[in-house]
Amino acid sequence: MKGRLGECNRFSMNKPLDQTQVAASSNPELDELLDRGYAPGFVTQIDSDTLAPGLSEEVVRFISKKKNEPDWMLQKRLKALGYWQKLEEPKWAHIRYDPIDYQAISYYSAPSSQKDRPQSLDEVDPELLKTYEKLGIPLHERARLAGVAVDAVFDSVSVATTFKQQLAEAGVIFCSISEAIQEHPDLVRKYLGSVVPYRDNFFAALNAAVFSDGSFVYVPKGVRCPMELSTYFRINAANTGQFERTLIIADESSQVSYLEGCTAPMRDENQLHAAVVELVALDSAKIKYSTVQNWYPGDEEGRGGIYNFVTKRGACVGAGSKISWTQVETGSAITWKYPSVILRGDDSVGEFYSVALTRHFQQADTGTKMVHLGRNTRSTVVSKGISAGRSQNTYRGRIRVSPTAAGARNYTQCDSLLLGSQCGAHTFPYIECGLPGALIEHEATTSKVSEQQLFLCQQRGIDPEQAVAMIVNGFCREVFQELPMEFAVEAGRLLAVSLEGAVG
Amino acid sequence: MTQPLLEIRKLSAGPQDKPVLCDLNLTIAAGEVHAVMGPNGSGKSTLAGVLAGRPDYKVNTGSIQFQGEDLLELEPFERARKGLFLAFQYPIEIPGVSTMEFLKTAVESVRTARGEPPLSAVDFLKEAKAVACEVGLSDEFFKRSVNEGFSGGERKRSEIIQMAMLKPALGVLDEIDSGLDIDALQLLSKAVKAMHSANCGLLLITHYQRLLEYITPDRVHVLADGKIVKSGTHELALELEKQGYGWLTDSPDSK
Repeated sequence: MKGRLGECNRFSMNKPLDQTQVAASSNPELDELLDRGYAPGFVTQIDSDTLAPGLSEEVVRFISKKKNEPDWMLQKRLKALGYWQKLEEPKWAHIRYDPIDYQAISYYSAPSSQKDRPQSLDEVDPELLKTYEKLGIPLHERARLAGVAVDAVFDSVSVATTFKQQLAEAGVIFCSISEAIQEHPDLVRKYLGSVVPYRDNFFAALNAAVFSDGSFVYVPKGVRCPMELSTYFRINAANTGQFERTLIIADESSQVSYLEGCTAPMRDENQLHAAVVELVALDSAKIKYSTVQNWYPGDEEGRGGIYNFVTKRGACVGAGSKISWTQVETGSAITWKYPSVILRGDDSVGEFYSVALTRHFQQADTGTKMVHLGRNTRSTVVSKGISAGRSQNTYRGRIRVSPTAAGARNYTQCDSLLLGSQCGAHTFPYIECGLPGALIEHEATTSKVSEQQLFLCQQRGIDPEQAVAMIVNGFCREVFQELPMEFAVEAGRLLAVSLEGAVG
Repeated sequence: MTQPLLEIRKLSAGPQDKPVLCDLNLTIAAGEVHAVMGPNGSGKSTLAGVLAGRPDYKVNTGSIQFQGEDLLELEPFERARKGLFLAFQYPIEIPGVSTMEFLKTAVESVRTARGEPPLSAVDFLKEAKAVACEVGLSDEFFKRSVNEGFSGGERKRSEIIQMAMLKPALGVLDEIDSGLDIDALQLLSKAVKAMHSANCGLLLITHYQRLLEYITPDRVHVLADGKIVKSGTHELALELEKQGYGWLTDSPDSK
């Protein structure tokens, strides 16, 4: 096996999660845990139900059969595979990595059974627990996040049941995509691939062929979803695998807010992630999609870490609809991600708010695409990139205004903050304007956390680490304001923890 | 003899390559008010920066004792926690960080370091509002980002609010009176005077004696070419106002 991916299946889960220096804890509970010495953590078991590495038609047929999918789904997968096999991996992004050997990856793995997981928090890596502590994650959630066997810890089933009942009363469908293929085939058939077709790009084609699982949401006409939807509440969501597929449909005049991810650090035995997210907003519908991504970024030498190649796109199909993406990206060795909006309906609105923080040897090439097709369509892009260590942080955006989009407006603001002198910040804004009179604004700044700012904070008794965290949080404020309240607080803490050791 | 609040001995310091201050001596007893005056470029702001530990300043020789401790051994944030406050002449902006958040973080850090119990959110807010009111600012002020878009006067008021909340043992005010209109000067002077106590000494750096009309100094020092060339009482400030600095700086030996 060649390259980094060769190691992917041995990505042991008991390595320290976060390589930043951790100060001695003053928490007696934790100290006690630490005194017990290094717990074994959990080592990935190669399940007998894991498919041998390699990608072929047989593999795709196997996956589809395992999931008991109808023939139309299998055909979709096969078409995507055939197309993918003809493609070359894209090379235009400002990222560098060893070649990925796609035949060295296993494309199907059954979810690990409860008995293979740690049976209690005592068996979990103390470093991981420390990080949870610092992020302020409640005790009962830590177990779930660390992958402790669920029924051994707390009764999450009852939480989910109450939750499902409330949604059912409102008529909202929220389930796994596998379940949706069985239970709601008409909706899936109509919309899956309607926003991100398998021909879209290399990774989207790969995903369309082999996607493992993901979320499905349908909000009926006129319904305002009674709660924030989160993968958190979907049981077994932790094991949706590396090729996640999400489809959210908001019918006319409906509203939904979806939260993806978690501030807690996530590890995965799979190094390559290629997810696809599709959003469909019909007339006057509103979708808000928030992400906090904190996948394993690799160590301070740049070894390991997740490769995250994601295609996220929303279509404002109906008039007056709105799609808003908010993302806080701090994890992954490589991030390749451009949540976009196609503004087809007249008067539709697209928004993209992003914070991307890179450190050590992380590389992020992220941004958005706003495609203005309908009349009076409006889009706003606010991107905040923070680079530390030897990382490279790139904003790549495309604003396209077609001749049909009379009255279109775009505002883009792109700010980069540098910490240290060995990191890089790059901006690649593309503007394609086919309409005289369209209003497109682009503002960009690059700054450093200045010595004077740090000195002012220190002069008021604030230590340098806290000062950097505060200044960076201030830099990201416009984006955090777009996050749901609780998420915003967590995101702030996440940045602070991620920045530890970034000073000096 | 009681221990002085601040004792500077034979200090030579300044930006990396050029020591602006040379052989400077200054002693401030607890609760005293001292004024340092002097022409432009005489080293007044450098003195303030060295005391607070500006990272781009270097101390070549000499010592500074603050409440009996070696100040030069301490990091800037440790100096602040020990009770040394510097009101900046030109405080810098921190975009996106609200003044309230900044102030709260600072007060919490300092109180924790001093072993004081944390202020409840209610008490903190009450005190902050009262202080803001004293210097003529409304509560809205706290929502704004630190120094961002502040007028000169607002920056100065903000510095004074911070000092009032942090309750230092020594407040070093670097030209707190510059760029203020007469009403604002009066208001701020009153606020500073109210902070002065047996537990809070002041080092006022100023060009004008106007500020000293409101806060009477125990000692006035004239700084020229990095040295204190003359010290005296409040009378000295009045004399300077009349005669300027020429008679002192031209012949630094005349005492």
